[in-house]
Amino acid sequence: MTSFPEAARIALGDSQLRHNLRNATTTIRDKRARVVAEVPDWEELRDAGRAIKADVMHRLGDYLLQFEASVQAAGGHVHWARDAAEANAVVAAVARAHGADEVVKVKSLTTDEIELNEALEATGVHAIETDFAELILQLDGDWSSHILVPAIHRNRSEIRDLFLRTIAIGRELSDEPRELAETARVYLREKFLNAKVGVSGANFGVAETGTVVVVESEGNGRMCTTLPPVLVTVLGIEKLVPTFADLEVFLQLLPRSSTGERMNPYTSLWTGVTDGDGPQEFHLVLLDNGRTRVLADEVGRQALHCIRCSACLNVCPVYSRTGGHAYGSVYPGPIGAILTPQLRGIENAKSLPYASSLCGACYEVCPVKIDIPKVLLHLRAQAEKTVAERTVMRALARVFGNARLYERSQRLARFAQRPARQMPGPLARWTQSRDLEPMAKETFREWWSRERGA
Amino acid sequence: MRIGLFVTCLGDTLFPEAPKATVTVLERLGHEVVFPQEQTCCGQLHLNSGYRDDALALAGRFARIFDGFDAVVSPSSSCVGAVRELSPEAAPRVFELSEFLVGKLGVEDVGAYFPHRVTYHPTCHSLRVARVGDAPLRLLRAVRGLELVELPEAEECCGFGGTFAVKNADTSTAMVSDKCRAVLSTGAEVCTAVDGSCLMQIGGFLSRQRTGVRTMHLAEILAS
Repeated sequence: MTSFPEAARIALGDSQLRHNLRNATTTIRDKRARVVAEVPDWEELRDAGRAIKADVMHRLGDYLLQFEASVQAAGGHVHWARDAAEANAVVAAVARAHGADEVVKVKSLTTDEIELNEALEATGVHAIETDFAELILQLDGDWSSHILVPAIHRNRSEIRDLFLRTIAIGRELSDEPRELAETARVYLREKFLNAKVGVSGANFGVAETGTVVVVESEGNGRMCTTLPPVLVTVLGIEKLVPTFADLEVFLQLLPRSSTGERMNPYTSLWTGVTDGDGPQEFHLVLLDNGRTRVLADEVGRQALHCIRCSACLNVCPVYSRTGGHAYGSVYPGPIGAILTPQLRGIENAKSLPYASSLCGACYEVCPVKIDIPKVLLHLRAQAEKTVAERTVMRALARVFGNARLYERSQRLARFAQRPARQMPGPLARWTQSRDLEPMAKETFREWWSRERGA
Repeated sequence: MRIGLFVTCLGDTLFPEAPKATVTVLERLGHEVVFPQEQTCCGQLHLNSGYRDDALALAGRFARIFDGFDAVVSPSSSCVGAVRELSPEAAPRVFELSEFLVGKLGVEDVGAYFPHRVTYHPTCHSLRVARVGDAPLRLLRAVRGLELVELPEAEECCGFGGTFAVKNADTSTAMVSDKCRAVLSTGAEVCTAVDGSCLMQIGGFLSRQRTGVRTMHLAEILAS
């Protein structure tokens, strides 16, 4: 995996990307702030969200078994998948059993995480993304850069050009959002009506009732989950809530935090199968893929509380400049910086815990109060350091542990310092864009001794 | 009140004017200021770099050195935040200068005169870790001759973040570049804040760009 600083450098040089990101994140950020301010008990809602999720993590085993039984009782099939390969195999087997060479998909991070589309393609099944933004990315061979607004790095004139190359060849097309949406609608309607199998992720699973919930804006998700006769849903095991009543908390927190809406346009709930209404065969895949390992870490496990609202991305000063691709994962931004290293193992995402200035804006907006800065520090403590860095930090700990040694080091640094325009070693990365004032002729403590006589 | 002055290692070494000004302000208000010579670093550098054990050892050292004062005051919200995180026993007595003046002493007018156009950058750790609120703004509004202009997108990080500025130098530069654009848009002569490290980042960029705008620690304005 390319390190974050390297990937970020490329993104930072793309002025169109910087402009698109700035516009989009600022707009959503402001909208969120407005609608959150309307809710008098917002802080209590956040506390409730955090408490419910903490309870789910403490008793996840029990809730999962309860959920499985509820889904089965309602006529659904439940599959347990330890990793991506097992989950993908289940979906492929269902498609094959129904002779489907095409499936329609709801936008889903979980299926992106396990690279379901690629796995299906390898078995001769083409997965069609039906979320407007996901469709754009799929047509362009691109990938998501934002949890909620996957094509945030694209603007409408770029999308018009793409459609003219792919699904609207030779047609008249402006960059009016309505016209672009209509083009996608015409293309997708046919796919919805012909699909034998629909595939989705889900926002919540209710242990008590076996109900699965998908929250979305476009209605394409509802078509995927209702039109095809067979539905497969891939659900990360952390997405459970204990009771139906708990949804009350999250259905307030999620839309306001994510799109800055009071209520999301479409909330689809289904429980197993219903005679004569919607899919008559329902498969649920419960995905682990590293989650139980995260659960075992007392500090890190709060990353599993995430409800994928993306508020932390929109306020993040790092994300809003680099965009999502620099994070090298379907989970970008601050939440990605703590989730990806835990899911994949920190040795496979070493630079991510450092991709933050620790400004704390993410923690402030998180609807379930995930203390992202705290988890970042926790992960930094676990990360393997270079020998050079360890040596420097150990030496500094010794210097700071002894005031006389510290004073000698101050004098040495003042003697050895170079002109402000060029620092030595890794510190040169400071002076590449910033001046550094030369050290004062007298440290504070020297001044104090001189003025006040120690 | 007998106040222990915590100057921070960066303040001691790189920008001693801020702790000197802190002494001036506190003494002007009639307090006894003591500088324990044994003090070095609070442990924040090690904490933020992933060396928690070293950080805890340094924080323990800090707590011993500053034991027995009525209050410990520092011209850095970031270091105060680190002390609160690392050393629960020292935490209740440790204050950032502006929160101490406004919150503990109930003083807003410290008798300063500074006839310049000034914009205030609320640092991340002053807002979200030490939570000093609007104390710095209250103090600035009471300074005679000072024209305070609002900074656009004020609450956005300047991109310092300790080793972040070096480990992610390009992203850090993009952040400080936007911050400085906001500073310049105010037409201010001086950008002030309660953290010397953030001012080093903003000031370093303003200087490299030859903007002619300077940074000053809040304490220096209050001492003038």
